[in-house]
Amino acid sequence: MKLTQGCFSFLPDLTDDQIYKQVQYCLANGWAVNIEFTDDPHPRNTYWEMWGLPMFDLQDAAGVMMELAECRRVYGDRYIRISGFDSSHGWESVRISFIVNRPPKEAEFELVRQEVGGRAIRYTTVRKPAAHAEQ
Amino acid sequence: MLDVPRATTSEPNETHFDLRKEAEAAGITDTLQQLERELIGLKPVKSRVRQIASLLLIERIRQRVGLASAPPTLHMSFTGNPGTGKTTVALRMAKILHGLGFVRRGQVISVTRDDLVGQYIGHTAPKTKEILKKAMGGVLFIDEAYYLHRPDNERDYGQEAIEILLQVMENQREDLVVILAGYGERMTSFFASNPGFRSRIAHHIEFPDYAEAELLVIAELMLKERGYRFSAAAREAFERYIALRRTQPFFSNARSIRNAVDRIRLRQADRLVSDLDRMLDVADLETIDPIDVLASRVFSGGADARSAKP
Repeated sequence: MKLTQGCFSFLPDLTDDQIYKQVQYCLANGWAVNIEFTDDPHPRNTYWEMWGLPMFDLQDAAGVMMELAECRRVYGDRYIRISGFDSSHGWESVRISFIVNRPPKEAEFELVRQEVGGRAIRYTTVRKPAAHAEQ
Repeated sequence: MLDVPRATTSEPNETHFDLRKEAEAAGITDTLQQLERELIGLKPVKSRVRQIASLLLIERIRQRVGLASAPPTLHMSFTGNPGTGKTTVALRMAKILHGLGFVRRGQVISVTRDDLVGQYIGHTAPKTKEILKKAMGGVLFIDEAYYLHRPDNERDYGQEAIEILLQVMENQREDLVVILAGYGERMTSFFASNPGFRSRIAHHIEFPDYAEAELLVIAELMLKERGYRFSAAAREAFERYIALRRTQPFFSNARSIRNAVDRIRLRQADRLVSDLDRMLDVADLETIDPIDVLASRVFSGGADARSAKP
C-alpha cells in the first residue's frame, strides 16, 4: 500500500531532478526547507524527527540535495519528507510537504470501527503489526 | 521552469556562431569592460580573467555542438598582498561564471576560518556544511585560506573542514566554485602541506602590488566617486604621501589608499568648519587642498610605525 501524505503523493515518486526543482521553488519563495524522517508514518504523527536544522538562506537546491543524500544514506529504510516553512507574517506555517523516500516495505494501516453508545461509531487508524514486524 | 536554463546539447544543425553575440548574450563583454575600467593596473590578473572567460565561452559553444567536453574545473586561488583587489575580482568572477551558466545563481559567500571551523569536537562538520550549502550554485570565497591549516597543532579542527571542502570540491564541481585567497608565501606553504588542494585548483592567479602611479590613479578615482578632486598642489602632495606610505609598515595597497582618502575627507571637512564666517562655494566643497594631505602623520615620520594602525 502506497502511503499518501502531503503533496504529490498520488503521483509516481518524484525523481531527484523533480525534487530539486520543487526545492528550488521553495527557496525562490524564501521558505526555509527542512528534511524530516520517521519510522512511524501514522497520519496523526505530525512531528517527524528533523535531519539537521532547517535550511535558511540557501540560494540553490543543491545544498538540500546534498543533505538529502546524506539522510538517505543513514535512514534509507525510513520515510523521509521535505517541507518548506514560510516565516512571513500571516503565514508562519508549513507551505509544502512531500515524501522523498519510502522504505522498501511500506507501512500498512487499517481502519478499525468501534460501535459506542447511541449507535455512534468511533474510528481508529491502526498500523498493521505484520508489516511493522517484518521491517 | 524556475531554473536558469542550462546549456543544451541539442540543436545539432547550428554550424556558425557569432562570437560577439554569444559573448554579449552571456554578459561577459560588459563585465570584462567594467573590470578594465574600474580596476587600475593588475595586467596579469585581467589577462588571466579574460583567458578564463574566453575558455568558458568557447566551452559553452562546444557543448552546444556536442563536441566532447568534460565539465571544466573552475576552482581558483588568488594570491597577493593585502589590498590588491582579490575580493573585488572574485565578485566579478562570480558574475562572469553566472553569465556563462557555469554557476547557477552567482552569489558570492565570503568566509574566513572562523566561519568554517568549529570550537569543539563535532562542531566543525555542520558548520562547514552549512556554509557550503549556502554557497551552492555560486562562489565560495575563502579569505586567508591558510589559516585553515595549523601545522603546529595536528588535532586542530581545521583539517576536518579541509577534508569536507576537498570532498565537495571534487564531487560537486558543477554546483559550486571555490576561490581560495591569501598572501603569496603563506598560500604556497599551505598548498605544499595540502597537495589535495593544489591539484583540485585549476587556476592560480597572482595579484601584483600596485605601482605608485597606479595608486595615485586609484586615489583620484576614489575621490571622483565621492565627488572630490585634488588641487594641483594637493595631487603633488599626495604623490609624496604614497611614496612615503609605501615604505612604512602595514601598507596594504589600495586599502591604505582608501583609508587615506577617508581621513583626507575628514581633515578637509574640519578645515572648512573651522572657519564658520566664511562663505563657501562648490569649488571649496569639492577641492582637496595640500594642507589636508600634508597634515597626515605619515609625513611626520609615520605614527603608523608606533601604533599598529593600517
